[in-house]
Amino acid sequence: MSNLRRFSSLANVAGLIAAWLLVFGFFSVKKHDTFMTVANLELLARQTTIVALASLGMTMIIVSGGIDLSVGSVVAFVTVAIAATLKAGQGPWVALLAGLIAGVLAGLLNGTLITKLKVGPFIVTLGTLLIIRGVAKDIADEQKIDAPTNWLGDLIATLGPKDHWKIFPIGVWLTLVCAVLVSLLMKKTRFGRHIVAVGSNEAAARLCGIPVSRVRLAVYVLAGLFFGLAGLMQFSRLTVGDPTVAAGLELDVIAAVVIGGASLNGGQGSVLGSLIGAFIMTTIRAGCSQMGYKNYVQEIVTGLIIVGAVTLDKLRSKGPST
Amino acid sequence: MSRIVKRFGATVALNGVNLNVEKGEVHALVGENGSGKSTLMRILSGAIQPDEGTMMLDGQPYQPHSPMQGRHMGVAMIYQELSLCPDLSVTENVLLGMEMTSGGFIRESEQRKKVSAALEELGYPDLDLDAPVRNYTIAIRQIIEIARAVALGSKVVVLDEPTSSLTQGDVEKLFVAIEKLKASGRAIIYISHFLDEIERIADRLTVLRDGEFISSFPAHETDANGIVSLMVGRTIEDAYPRSKRSPGEPILELGALSGKTKPEGVTFQLRRGEVLGVAGLNGSGRTEMLRVVFGLDAVKSGSVKIGKFDGRAKPHDRWDQGLGLVSEDRKEEGLALTMPIADNLTLTRLPAIISAAKQAADAQNWISKMSVKCRGPEQAIGELSGGNQQKVAIARLLYHDVDVLMLDEPTRGIDVGSKEQIYGVIDQLALSGKAVLMVSSYLPELLGVCDRIAVMHKGHLGPARPVAECTQESIMQEASGA
Repeated sequence: MSNLRRFSSLANVAGLIAAWLLVFGFFSVKKHDTFMTVANLELLARQTTIVALASLGMTMIIVSGGIDLSVGSVVAFVTVAIAATLKAGQGPWVALLAGLIAGVLAGLLNGTLITKLKVGPFIVTLGTLLIIRGVAKDIADEQKIDAPTNWLGDLIATLGPKDHWKIFPIGVWLTLVCAVLVSLLMKKTRFGRHIVAVGSNEAAARLCGIPVSRVRLAVYVLAGLFFGLAGLMQFSRLTVGDPTVAAGLELDVIAAVVIGGASLNGGQGSVLGSLIGAFIMTTIRAGCSQMGYKNYVQEIVTGLIIVGAVTLDKLRSKGPST
Repeated sequence: MSRIVKRFGATVALNGVNLNVEKGEVHALVGENGSGKSTLMRILSGAIQPDEGTMMLDGQPYQPHSPMQGRHMGVAMIYQELSLCPDLSVTENVLLGMEMTSGGFIRESEQRKKVSAALEELGYPDLDLDAPVRNYTIAIRQIIEIARAVALGSKVVVLDEPTSSLTQGDVEKLFVAIEKLKASGRAIIYISHFLDEIERIADRLTVLRDGEFISSFPAHETDANGIVSLMVGRTIEDAYPRSKRSPGEPILELGALSGKTKPEGVTFQLRRGEVLGVAGLNGSGRTEMLRVVFGLDAVKSGSVKIGKFDGRAKPHDRWDQGLGLVSEDRKEEGLALTMPIADNLTLTRLPAIISAAKQAADAQNWISKMSVKCRGPEQAIGELSGGNQQKVAIARLLYHDVDVLMLDEPTRGIDVGSKEQIYGVIDQLALSGKAVLMVSSYLPELLGVCDRIAVMHKGHLGPARPVAECTQESIMQEASGA
């Protein structure tokens, strides 16, 4: 009988994969010479890393019953932190660490404000969306920060001929490993079940002795780490620190998580689902641009997918009740 | 309604059920949870359609395709969870969806006339029609919802568990309003688990069991015991098991405990092997007392001693000290409804790394012991009936193996079978040396299961008296401060 939960999450994933195949199939038929190739799949994987890494953090936040609108600003802040550290003459490892710390600090700020001020996460992160972006611009003096090139620029770059055995660049592998870790965290650890409990019913969680505020704070801090990694990938793509980059990224990330089956009411969500959700969005984007469609086509299609995915999910979970 | 059949897949939820309700009568519909009452009422409301059978309303064929249509044809449903908008005014709520307008503008004075007429009929002519519903108590909100049915001109009013969150005094007022509905020639279908209420107010009864129509008869032909035996299909010798128990050492001691507002200066001693009941009106501070003891609300002054532990603590520590709490509000506070039974059951003592197999086995163990009807430990708990949910909520404490169980309205809104089972569990726990502190508004149950009963009145807890010295009347007097 313990297959029921597994079955329903399998059905969710199967549905998402079917949706992706539909999108991928459509573009493959339309552009059969280049779309269905290994090289293109690799390109899609590389382009998904930023949203995918951020969606890991966002999944935890949304499952815990929260939301984070500041992701785009945090990513920009992280690229600035990395570039500034490099520019100051530090090595790439130090810069990488600085980037992650920047992400964690942002998460700490969000989590602390939400749990201490007891203001809703929507409002708090709407505020920090502006604050963190502003701080990033201040540090960068409202300009891009150029940094000396090093291996940080290769994290999601196309692999050279003699590196083909790696299949994907390191950034993609990192994303996959993180996804597995977060998935295990959510399913197999006490902390993970506490996150779901807080999102499912905060009062019941409190009754059961779960330190609700501490769980919330920990979720935002941990999510900050993943936003830091997303920022690292963003830096890798740009190789400069840009305080204006990734505006609106939060909406892509939230969309990926929601397409992946999470409920904005909390208590429900799947890491694998979010990952596929992110992949679907990248596929649409890449497909539309390779087809030479106008940008708005991709926007309309993505919008339809979001509404469609959630509608389907609702119909599915309605089912026969006992 | 005659020969109604409704199937869900392979299950037959209703098998040829008849329900005949006359004008100007209160007709009680009784049966355990899962007996088909709700399904029958959903058919009556138009929310679902029957597979077979016919319905007549006022001599006309009645086949509603939606609750909206059912409402307009004259059937009003009033559920346990009221459907009012707290920020709208009394008038706006009563006429919600049937506003009187001309050219899109609300005709205020006519609206007020209609609403006050409806409220007058129910015996509430003095409500402030412009005040937001938020300002009123649950009892008055219920009247407002009934006024909506009156304003609609409903011929049939269905009241589903209307008294489960009312105080005794409010129940009396509701009964007066029901009498008035009756006098105006409406038919009232009354659903309740409180058989004493049914004895008092119902003119006739229809009993359902496992989707079957059992019988329909005038209320004066039988008493509560007779109804129960029809509902469960057997006679209940003793609904309240109370073994001979001998209390041991004190395990929970409160010394002049006060919270921010309530309770005030509560002192008592609960011993192992003892069931202590707490009676009192809603809002008298019973739930607040449990919350303060459990660390959910702040302690203002006084002491809490649990076994060898003394002092204030958070809920997490209370669990560690061997204290568990079952909330009065299963849906809002007791359980995480979207999570599986297994998670809900084991939430208080999950290991850092969870073994799914062990968790499922532990949960299955308690599912069997408590005979929880479910598809398995992975089923979302929100899909279970109220009685089965409550069994899981209590099993959480048993799984945690606490010494002291604080149960807040543990049998509210659940079926007779589950109630009996919970009484049995309480008795067994006390026999095995656990201590139970039980808050309840249902006096027969307190008198049946407890060893001693204390009454809360406006935040103050009276002395705990042996149950032999208590009667329903004496408790009610103390509770209402008479």
